[in-house]
Amino acid sequence: MATARLSNHRVVIVGAGPAGIRCAQTLVAAGFKPVLIDENRRDGGQIYRRQPEGFTRNYATLYGTEADKARDLHESFDRLRPQIDYRPDTLVWNLTPGQLCCVSQGLHSTVDYDALILCTGATDRLMPIEGWQLGGTYSLGGAQIALKAQAVSIGHRVVFMGSGPLLYLVASQYLKAGANVAAVLDTAPLGLRIKALPKLMARPGLLFTGMKLLAQLYRAKIPVHLGISPLQVLGEAVSGVSGVRVRTAAGETLTVDCDAVALGYHLRPETQLADLAGCALRFDEASGQWWLDTDEEGRTSVSGVYAAGDGAKIRGADAAEHAGRLVALALLSDLQQPVDATQVTAQRQALKVMDQFRLGLAQAFPWPAAQAKALPDEAIVCRCEMISAGELRRTVSEKGACEVNRAKAFSRVGMGRCQGRYCSQAGAEVIAAAAGVHVQEVGRQRGQAPVKPLSMLTREVTP
Amino acid sequence: MTLNKADVVIVGGGLMGSAAAFFLRQRGQSVILLERDQIGQYASGVNFGNVRRQGRFLGQLELANRSWALWKRLPELIDDDLEFIASGHMRVCYREDEIAELEAYAAAPEAQQLDLKIYRGSELHARFPFLGKDVKGGSYAPHDGHANPRLAAPAFARAARRLGARIEERTEVAEVQKVNGDFSVTTTDGRQFSAAQLLITAGAWGQKLSAQFGEPVPLETNGPQMAVTEPVPYALPTVIGVYTKIPEEVIYFRQIPRGNIVIGGGYRSKPDMLNRRAYVEPRSILNQLDQMRRLLPGVGNLNIIRVWSGIEGYLPDSLPVMGPSGNVDGLYYAFGFCGHGFQLGPGVGDVMAELISTGSTSTSIEPFSIRRFASTAEQRSKAS
Ligand SMILES: Cc1cc2nc3c(=O)[nH]c(=O)nc-3n(C[C@H](O)[C@H](O)[C@H](O)COP(=O)(O)OP(=O)(O)OC[C@H]3O[C@@H](n4cnc5c(N)ncnc54)[C@H](O)[C@@H]3O)c2cc1C
Ligand SMILES: Cc1cc2nc3c(=O)[nH]c(=O)nc-3n(C[C@H](O)[C@H](O)[C@H](O)COP(=O)(O)OP(=O)(O)OC[C@H]3O[C@@H](n4cnc5c(N)ncnc54)[C@H](O)[C@@H]3O)c2cc1C
Repeated sequence: MATARLSNHRVVIVGAGPAGIRCAQTLVAAGFKPVLIDENRRDGGQIYRRQPEGFTRNYATLYGTEADKARDLHESFDRLRPQIDYRPDTLVWNLTPGQLCCVSQGLHSTVDYDALILCTGATDRLMPIEGWQLGGTYSLGGAQIALKAQAVSIGHRVVFMGSGPLLYLVASQYLKAGANVAAVLDTAPLGLRIKALPKLMARPGLLFTGMKLLAQLYRAKIPVHLGISPLQVLGEAVSGVSGVRVRTAAGETLTVDCDAVALGYHLRPETQLADLAGCALRFDEASGQWWLDTDEEGRTSVSGVYAAGDGAKIRGADAAEHAGRLVALALLSDLQQPVDATQVTAQRQALKVMDQFRLGLAQAFPWPAAQAKALPDEAIVCRCEMISAGELRRTVSEKGACEVNRAKAFSRVGMGRCQGRYCSQAGAEVIAAAAGVHVQEVGRQRGQAPVKPLSMLTREVTP
Repeated sequence: MTLNKADVVIVGGGLMGSAAAFFLRQRGQSVILLERDQIGQYASGVNFGNVRRQGRFLGQLELANRSWALWKRLPELIDDDLEFIASGHMRVCYREDEIAELEAYAAAPEAQQLDLKIYRGSELHARFPFLGKDVKGGSYAPHDGHANPRLAAPAFARAARRLGARIEERTEVAEVQKVNGDFSVTTTDGRQFSAAQLLITAGAWGQKLSAQFGEPVPLETNGPQMAVTEPVPYALPTVIGVYTKIPEEVIYFRQIPRGNIVIGGGYRSKPDMLNRRAYVEPRSILNQLDQMRRLLPGVGNLNIIRVWSGIEGYLPDSLPVMGPSGNVDGLYYAFGFCGHGFQLGPGVGDVMAELISTGSTSTSIEPFSIRRFASTAEQRSKAS
């Protein structure tokens, strides 16, 4: 009886990372055959990104301490593959109620859904610094992808600057790969880390891994400075980055020579598709950014639309696996399918621990909102459109734009190729500081299609 | 306590309302402008940006010419050029018989100021070598151009405010009526405004207010579809649009000096009037890609980085409602601009200010009178 109804119910998952794969697996176990769409050529998502076919680096080299988890996820996926409708290399660029718009290799097609589960992950969260438009400036994630996917370093002498666990992780991955790490410059002061310890103790194993990374850096005599304030990326337009200048916690100016710098302040969720679907977002105080407003199990405010993993709430890869399973169980229960209550409890319990840990991370490595205020007028905020902090501030002071979308309309900040991915959060801080209000009050940039640039060669699949 | 009384209350702060506020202040009238959301947030702020006269209803060119003269003077008038460039506008067609129609338009006495020139065949492709081979002919308007819609209404509103206009945003008018010779305007949050004269510039919502005075109009809402590419070197200063009777062939584009190519046309969407949003129809964007490849084959290597739409009010004869009320003294309308009000904006503001301050206009706006719907309504009731 159930199967007849199930086969009619079209469940589509976007994102084949840990959240999406665990979700698909749970649904298959319950007799569904979900569609699983991912923009990447291969499964694994961000952290467990599989190397291109033909590359043969082993799991330990590629995934370090996470090798076992990566292997397990990939093997699960390989077993799952015949039982799902997997569509790799397919970007969901837009959606309308009940229908996704997809492009794959220049061909456009639509995919109808009754239930949509968004497992779209996260991208780097960035704060501008004067000079960050110079060639040789990368995001931490971009630096890691260069290493993981192509086995290349972003420079000969690399500075890692920002805050958050990824800062230390990527720096140590570079170190291990034999790159010259010039310095690790963290905006978070030591004191906060100590204060956050009780929360971080929620996951002692992970905390220990983190400390080991730090120890490796110290052992290699890499200069590590905590509590710094970034001042400038130095260099010339033609030759690119030649160094960075920061103020140390002691108040001294420190210049470090380098030819590349990797920047980042943890992550921001990819919420565009959910936003286009009309899902509500809410401001998360701890991280100071807008997240999807879902219930604990991943139901969004729009019926039939669900979300899991970092795209819904940034809690890391392990949490993404739990959240992926939990959201599948939520959908099953909404469809009146039998659901094992102990499974639900187990996933929720695990997520509770991870929530605690993520609060600890947010406390230990805070988003440096005050930097936006200190940004000199000449500093570029929006690198796609080359708009400076001063120009953005003038839209507030001269044109009265105290709301993000309004300021975007007047100044073009967030209007470029990246659709505000890399500048809109910092832009909001600049606007809030200029208007003298809390960042929540200036709102957030509304999502607009296409989620990623759409080639004008795109053609419809002729049926 | 602020006095909520002025010579003129304007309802709706799009380009029409903002420009009218400015020109009314120039003529010394005291003005209160009430805008439900933010100035210029709807059609006026999201349109394609065509400042085009050619192709309009011939009876509208006098108004469009008046507006064009104001576009040229914007820096001196409002201290902002709105990025207006009189870069030329080219109206092209895919069929020989359509060239004859373009020629007839160019020859009309009303179109004389436009200095239209017809191109065809090899001369056309020599002048515009980037156009696709399907293009058979075109009409070139050297003085038309384009501007940045996002800046327009807010700049007029700021200029009006500098001249002393009072502008209230986030103020939605719920009810309008005339009591004892004065208009009484009530907002949804319970505030009251009054004025001797009332101007309704509420765009796609205009008929809701005109109906309160017994003058309903058959206004329909649509969302024209827009897209923009990533920037490429500035090489296409001329705005180009296709003249055709086949809806899916309608396509137009302009390149801004920063390099992005803005594209519009094709099927429109039905706006969600409850949430006040017009959505993008994905099939419309795909059609635009097809049509753009036909019109501008070199465009294939570019990417679309953003698509959008906006809410516009259309009347069945594709002409706006503009002029005095047919029923009520001191009541004026300027709404429902049918997808071509951006170019007219400054002119509409100027003409409405003239009409309200002097009782008449030096520019003909008779074809746009709201009375044209009253008579059809009467005829209909007589016939039945
Ligand atoms: C650059 C970067 C590096 C990271 N490195 C580490 C690390 O080294 N260690 C660590 O513990 N954590 C790391 N993280 C965090 C970790 O990746 C996440 O916690 C984890 O991957 C979350 O899993 P997920 O399933 O939610 O999303 P993801 O693994 O990010 O998967 C999301 C998937 O959705 C797909 N997708 C998104 N939008 C669309 C769309 N519109 N159409 C089609 N497909 C779409 C993406 O292609 C992607 O495959 C990193 C994050 C980033 C952004
Ligand atoms: C996508 C798109 C592309 C276009 N392209 C072009 C083009 O290239 N060239 C061209 O000439 N024209 C174009 N147009 C048409 C042009 O944008 C409009 O005709 C013009 O902007 C109309 O201006 P408006 O002030 O009448 O309307 P609007 O800009 O809609 O302003 C009306 C205002 O009234 C307010 N309002 C409504 N009801 C109330 C109330 N009860 N109380 C208070 N306030 C109220 C609204 O909030 C709104 O701000 C396009 C339109 C769209 C949507």
